[in-house]
Amino acid sequence: MSKKISTEDVKHVANLARLAITDEEAEKYSEQLSSIINFSEQLSEVDTSKVKPMTHVLDMKNVFREDEPKDWITKEEALKNAPDQADGQFRVPSILE
Amino acid sequence: MSLLDLTIKELQEKLSNKEITVTELTQACFDRIEETDGQVNAFLTLNKEAALEQAKQLDEEGIDADQFLLFGMPIGIKDNIMTKDLKTTCASEFLSNFEDPLYDATVITKLKNANAINIGKLNMDEFAMGSSTENSAYKKTTNPWNKDYVPGGSSGGSAAAVAAGQVPFALGSDTGGSVRQPASYCGVVGMKPTYGRVSRFGLVAFASSLDQVGPLTRTVEDNARILEVISGVDEMDPTSANIDVPNFREALTGDIKGLKVAVPKEYLQEGVDEEVANKINQAIDTLKELGAEVDEVSLPHSKYAIATYYMLASSEASANLARFDGIRYGKRAENADNLIELYKQSRSEGFGDEVKRRIMLGTFALSSGYYDAYYKKAQQVRCLITEDFEKVFESYDVIVGPTSPTTAFKIGEQIDDPLTMYANDILTIPVNLAGVPAISIPCGFHSDNNMPIGLQIIGKHFDESNVYRVAHAYEQQTEHHKQKPAIGGVN
Repeated sequence: MSKKISTEDVKHVANLARLAITDEEAEKYSEQLSSIINFSEQLSEVDTSKVKPMTHVLDMKNVFREDEPKDWITKEEALKNAPDQADGQFRVPSILE
Repeated sequence: MSLLDLTIKELQEKLSNKEITVTELTQACFDRIEETDGQVNAFLTLNKEAALEQAKQLDEEGIDADQFLLFGMPIGIKDNIMTKDLKTTCASEFLSNFEDPLYDATVITKLKNANAINIGKLNMDEFAMGSSTENSAYKKTTNPWNKDYVPGGSSGGSAAAVAAGQVPFALGSDTGGSVRQPASYCGVVGMKPTYGRVSRFGLVAFASSLDQVGPLTRTVEDNARILEVISGVDEMDPTSANIDVPNFREALTGDIKGLKVAVPKEYLQEGVDEEVANKINQAIDTLKELGAEVDEVSLPHSKYAIATYYMLASSEASANLARFDGIRYGKRAENADNLIELYKQSRSEGFGDEVKRRIMLGTFALSSGYYDAYYKKAQQVRCLITEDFEKVFESYDVIVGPTSPTTAFKIGEQIDDPLTMYANDILTIPVNLAGVPAISIPCGFHSDNNMPIGLQIIGKHFDESNVYRVAHAYEQQTEHHKQKPAIGGVN
């Protein structure tokens, strides 16, 4: 079976998805993702040259509503589940060097 | 006979006649859970204090049970449905500290308005990704028919709790079969409504173009009643459909004379266990005896459903799960020294194996250079799968077949190979891709392992009424739904 997704590909994709993975995991995911992708190659045998991609099952167009401000959650509530906070804000590690 | 064996109608009669109180009924659930959950492991969080308080209030107010479809009815909730102030984890380590959800899902608000009582939150595959509930970060739920077997998934806790009589009713969610397959494996009734029938607001998103909330119950009538309560357009979910919700119970007449039933040949072909196929054919004979007109049809693109689904669902999941960043809520890694590392470490520590695999598969399918070959291609094949259904529904009222190719498998038997696990969903996935409604109801037991077999009945968009009509007519002719499991199994 050809490996469609190398360990390098896995590391690239993991980085895009903001996942840290070890070399050992990269090896495992390379095999598993390759076998899923190989399995999915069967889709290429279907002639879709005249088929529009389907994004939604119901015949719905944009759904609009009035843009009116409403009470939702307070700042205190928004911070209630935060792992770290300071001065009424979410705290994160420094972003700038 | 336990109170918890009764239907909603019977329970409400007893409440009306003052034979029982809401408090007694609610307490009966918690007693049963205490007695059995050491073996079943269905519940992640109990809502005991608030539930008993609400029960007491309902008893004091003494509201006429006839006025509210679910007055005083105890219900369990899958743990990916947001419940204000009640811990909601999606069975993920990432949300292990998510103690204070800030709002209720719309389905929860509707249950509260109907005076139903939330008993607690039920185990599942992490973020609803799985077919056995083995992907939970917390516990392995067992099948009440035999503790060596999985309950199915991802709504395995919901199905097991109903089968074990811990709660008479539960809500699950179904993205590729996650209500129907565990209903089939646990011998209960499980409904995946039409996409758009039930608001998804507050259902933690897995694949937004496929997800629907649905009820699990022991009878078809109870199921119809709960769906009636949770359905309807919602301004918080722009994909919810602005279509009237009928009284589904009016369809439960037992009369299916002249109804046109289609049996797709693909649904009884290779891969489907021989005895499962036999039981489905017996069920079809019962429908014929009841006067239904049955023909064989074809859904030629069915075989492409699994590949299509895993491309689309994983792609949508990779986007939906990007919100779990370790900053606003949920798990945060301890020692990250910059923001990117914080994201990466928090997510890697918080997500389990299957969730990571699907996020990476989806990220791959959406990435530059592969998008057309995988994601767009799958969207096109989805269109063809949907057209298969539309063609059949031009001439038929419902489609029937098995819910799953096999009965439940043993715990640990399939967990090592993702593709084998995915194959369990071959008969349920096409329904989600087409957005049509489908139910699984019990139709017998396998002689090899005495595990339940499920009959799947699929309807047209927004025609849950005919799905319930056929399910109810079959149920009234058979005794399968009256069988009770030996909790914890024979061993």
